[in-house]
Amino acid sequence: MAAAEFEVPTLTEYTVVPRIKEGATAHVKSFPAAEASQSYLGYPWTLSEDWKDRALGKMGDLLGKYRSLRVFMDACVHCGACTDKCHYFLGTADPKNMPVARQDLMRQVYRRYFTLPGKIAPWLVGAKDLTEDVLNQWYSYYHQCSECRRCSVFCPYGIDTAEITMAGREILNHVGMGQKYSSEILVKVQKIGNNLGLPGPALEDTLLGLEEDIEADTGVAVKMPLDVEGAEILLVTPSADFFSEPHVESLIGYAKVFHAAGVSWTLSSKASEAGNFGLFNGSYETMRNVAMRIRDAALELGCKRIIVGECGHAWRVAYSFWNTLNGVGYGGDDPFAKKLQEQLDSRYPQPMHICEYTWDLIENGVLKFDKSANDDRVITFHDSCNVARGSRMGTEPGGQFTIPRNIIMAVANNFHDMAAETIGEATFCCGGGGGLLTDDLIEVRVKGALPRMNAYNNVVQGQGVNFLALICAICKAQFTKVLPYYGFDRGSVGGVHQLVSTAIKLD
Amino acid sequence: MTSLTVFYSGLFYFATLVLFGGVAYRIYEYSRTPAPLKIPTTPAPTTNAGVVFRMAREVALFESLFKSNKWIWLFGWLFHIGLAVVLLRHVRYFQEPVWFWVEFIQPFGKYASFIMVAGLAGLWARRFLVDRVRYISTPSDHLILALLIGIGLSGMMMTFVAHTDIVALKAFMLGLMTFDFQPMPADGVLMVHLALVSMLMIIFPISKLLHAPGIFFSPTRNQADNPRETRHIAPWAAALDRDKA
Repeated sequence: MAAAEFEVPTLTEYTVVPRIKEGATAHVKSFPAAEASQSYLGYPWTLSEDWKDRALGKMGDLLGKYRSLRVFMDACVHCGACTDKCHYFLGTADPKNMPVARQDLMRQVYRRYFTLPGKIAPWLVGAKDLTEDVLNQWYSYYHQCSECRRCSVFCPYGIDTAEITMAGREILNHVGMGQKYSSEILVKVQKIGNNLGLPGPALEDTLLGLEEDIEADTGVAVKMPLDVEGAEILLVTPSADFFSEPHVESLIGYAKVFHAAGVSWTLSSKASEAGNFGLFNGSYETMRNVAMRIRDAALELGCKRIIVGECGHAWRVAYSFWNTLNGVGYGGDDPFAKKLQEQLDSRYPQPMHICEYTWDLIENGVLKFDKSANDDRVITFHDSCNVARGSRMGTEPGGQFTIPRNIIMAVANNFHDMAAETIGEATFCCGGGGGLLTDDLIEVRVKGALPRMNAYNNVVQGQGVNFLALICAICKAQFTKVLPYYGFDRGSVGGVHQLVSTAIKLD
Repeated sequence: MTSLTVFYSGLFYFATLVLFGGVAYRIYEYSRTPAPLKIPTTPAPTTNAGVVFRMAREVALFESLFKSNKWIWLFGWLFHIGLAVVLLRHVRYFQEPVWFWVEFIQPFGKYASFIMVAGLAGLWARRFLVDRVRYISTPSDHLILALLIGIGLSGMMMTFVAHTDIVALKAFMLGLMTFDFQPMPADGVLMVHLALVSMLMIIFPISKLLHAPGIFFSPTRNQADNPRETRHIAPWAAALDRDKA
């Protein structure tokens, strides 16, 4: 592995706010994107002569298009409320990982070129010229932010560093400093249909294999339909669900739920990915292009309902942005939105989270469980950041916290929450979100997981917890990789629908 | 007119123009900049009435800051509430006769200045004592605190130590408002107080003091959580749909 050696933090009972250590992770540099993917996305791949004009031009463009960026650049008073809220700061002690300092990397440039005091007295207001050195700091530290929004909960003005990280990455892309991992995924999802680059025929094979496995296991012929025209439900799920462990166990869970409910459903080879890395890159156009695949698939297959599988950022994009980006939702009065919205079944929310769907069936008594099948598990639930702070489930605010927990308690007997200040809206990121789930960033991924690992360790020691349940493909992959660094079994992480799958009674 | 009167009259007109014109321009800028996506920090209210209630809690009680850090909340809230009462007390210098409620808060307003300065002192101490806050502080962060404390202390001097000729000052202020110019009292402490206040008014629209209008435009706080029910779209984004429909 190319990543440098680093020290794994030691677990403590409570996560201690470290004293700042300047430059602690200044060396961290995600692999840069090359020509092939950058040119496909319409970005340069090396720094051109006029990079500074391009960067400032793009910054001015974004300041005019995004009220969030415009207001957040002005409103910060440096009160310090956010300084101990970021898991990457808590894990690395690098002061530039404090949300305000991460924002200031851009704010110093904003002040220098877009405000009067910064133009006449830069030293007074912390304004700085945009140099290659500043650009390199952007590249380093805007790839040490998982856009988890924890800081935005605690900021008195609601400043969301994710918005600034997104703008930073968009500007970096425009001057030719893209990130390899996100850039290549955005090509795969648009060219092939999913982030893993799994082509249609391979997907079909995988699903047939899974059907055989389920039948061998349960004796029931649970189907995993693909590209079925006229199916009532279109399931859009992260492509990791098709063959990564433990993701696939949740996919089996969804299929069993649909089987038990007796509905017609289908996956789509075109929309074989719920994830949308356009969110991470901060490009509205890219995010829209990626989201458009779901619209096209729904229109082609004629589906009445769209349900989204276990994936954190995908659910944020689906719940909060799809109605805007691709028209999945209600209330549109323009031809673009109406075309799709008139096809959708207005008795149900669109899109719907698989947990909302399963919980509705449980409440209506449609699903039957043998809870004792999960008795070897003592379970806790990790709220994934994009679900917790960027979306909702159900009709009441906070449904995104209660519904998954209600499902777990309906299918299993042993459940314990982690400490209150580490879950719900204050949940800690897994450490691998926001486009950081790549081996070249393993150091910040391991260190950024520290606050979550401390909280998990407490319930492991105190309540004998042995299963970390969650509803996010990135969290699943991240924990599978990072748990062993802290001495935990990588197999102790899994999806909520894995638990459903274990306990559900089929006939 | 003395040159002192001319200077302070000019300064006050200029500062007032910059404050109101500048803030109005910022509000215009913020309001015409679209918010293309629904990004309320959830859990968020699902109705507009709920959003008004959330915003009221943020502005009056600093709810998010309370969740975040009790010390910053305590100092920050004390400073702002003290400042608010002090400002309301000052209404009496701009009107004749004086409204009933302004008379009523007069005694509270005098002592609120202590609360205001104590809050500011606490906030300033954090800039030296907490390594994380020390790291992010710029010279202007310190100077704004110095400016506000200077305003507070010079005001308290005139209230509690060496009274200024308040009748003459009120005549000067009312004169500015009716263009019936009266002499500015030649009192050193008063001159310092008014100069610092003018400076605060002038830097307001070009500094972090913009957090005051800014919070009302913060999309994470002022949006309702209803993206599945209503289609939210910015004009520049709607143009992309027309190309595709």
